Amino acid sequence: MSTGLSASAKIVIVGAGHGGFQLAASLRQNGFDGHIALIGDEPHLPYQRPPLSKDYLDGKIGLDLLLMRPATFFDEHRIELLNGVAVGEIDRAGQAVTLSDGRRLAYDHLVLATGARNRVPPLPGVELDGVCYLRNLAETEMLKERLAACEHAVVIGAGFIGLEFAAIARGKGKPVHIVELTERVMGRVVCPETSAYFGEAHRKTGVEFSFGVRVARLGGDGGKVTHVALDDGRNLPADIVVVSIGVVPNEELAATAGLAVENGIVVDEVLLTADPAISAIGDCAAFPSRHSLKNPVRLEAVQNAADHARCVASRLVGKPHPYEALPWFWSEQGALRLQIAGLTTGFQQVVLRGNYESGEYSAFCYAGERLLGIESINKPADHAFARRLLAAGRGVTLAEAADESFDLRAAAMTRPA
Amino acid sequence: MPRVTYVSHDGNSTTLDVPLGTSVMQAAVLHGLDGIVAECGGSCMCATCHVYVHEDQLAKLPEMELGEDAMLDGTASPRRPNSRLSCQLVMAPGMDGLVVDMPETQT
Repeated sequence: MSTGLSASAKIVIVGAGHGGFQLAASLRQNGFDGHIALIGDEPHLPYQRPPLSKDYLDGKIGLDLLLMRPATFFDEHRIELLNGVAVGEIDRAGQAVTLSDGRRLAYDHLVLATGARNRVPPLPGVELDGVCYLRNLAETEMLKERLAACEHAVVIGAGFIGLEFAAIARGKGKPVHIVELTERVMGRVVCPETSAYFGEAHRKTGVEFSFGVRVARLGGDGGKVTHVALDDGRNLPADIVVVSIGVVPNEELAATAGLAVENGIVVDEVLLTADPAISAIGDCAAFPSRHSLKNPVRLEAVQNAADHARCVASRLVGKPHPYEALPWFWSEQGALRLQIAGLTTGFQQVVLRGNYESGEYSAFCYAGERLLGIESINKPADHAFARRLLAAGRGVTLAEAADESFDLRAAAMTRPA
Repeated sequence: MPRVTYVSHDGNSTTLDVPLGTSVMQAAVLHGLDGIVAECGGSCMCATCHVYVHEDQLAKLPEMELGEDAMLDGTASPRRPNSRLSCQLVMAPGMDGLVVDMPETQT
């Protein structure tokens, strides 16, 4: 694969989210002149997902500002956009995919950017009207419409999406009750100190929480959800139930084609599957990362999808390099801005820098002496420096992090690897 | 309508109509310009909508807030005294005729 594809090659991209779109765009930016087909199962032009749970749900921006690029971009860049169709199967021997409308598309290289889908809990009543999700545009439109008339919102799961929704709903004066199975918010992605800060900040805006409790069932009347029954016996009134308990990777297409899957489509350090004509990128890909304590890793992030896409585009035009980009994430919850650089999973020790009480601080997360990542809360400067330091493989010792007079900026700008 | 000229790293320039209230980043993305990435969609989170503003026009611009100043330290191309994040440059009446240079790389 080091020589790249020929000028008349056909590249088929399955999935028109952040990764799929970026791959098509980057291939053209890198001078690829062959055919590009971008297949998306939603009816819209490719759009950005992060604003769905933020400014779009809040009504601050319209569809025009959600789009990745205008329709003309795809024509001008000769990207064949196939909207509203799914891929039924991959014929690896024949190097072709079959679409849900019966068409067959041949490929020289196939890129799976199939993303992830909502995890749906096996709860009685989950099919009731008023049970909502917040991952794609159609779901967001529905939720936005219902939110206007909402009297009681219950959120299942206190992750990024649930909390972002809660912040917007509280901003519109709606009562919000969040039910979380574990003991803290964002427990999968942030340290306990940051969970505590965010939990308290949301409580101050009027969000109610029930931690360490399971939902027993969703109750309804006439097909519409009316309450959420908890296994401690309480019934929470609800005309909207937002289910935000994470996602599962869309890996079935790959698995059916005989490719390895293991919480995601397994790829190597250049994001290639065991089939040299098939790559996988973004939320659906399980890949080895030098930034992760545990591998392979699967990440749900715009940065990851877009940087995966750039890495594969580069390989397909004959400039292969291993994927090494530093992961970073962000969330906006009301006035709170959370930015995370690196992968903190598996941390053993946290050093706080800045002013925790006023909510302008960073949490430096370590495993032994190794700095895994930095969570910055309303502290964008620390985040910018953290990205520089971690991307370059430079550390900050525990003692340096704990010393408020330590000059993080100077270290980020000058410290050699 | 106010106009903004975007100059790519290889010297090509494109002039766009940018409505008042629209950011310099949004107009570039809506038009499909390659030199602005805007990975975070305009939340001042990613520093991939970096532009260099012509020095004599810096005073026309909205004042830089702390968040933008901070994120500019994380740009892929070097930060210069005339660096701004274009998501924070929302068109106001005095900004007509703005010229921005797009850096060699945003990522």
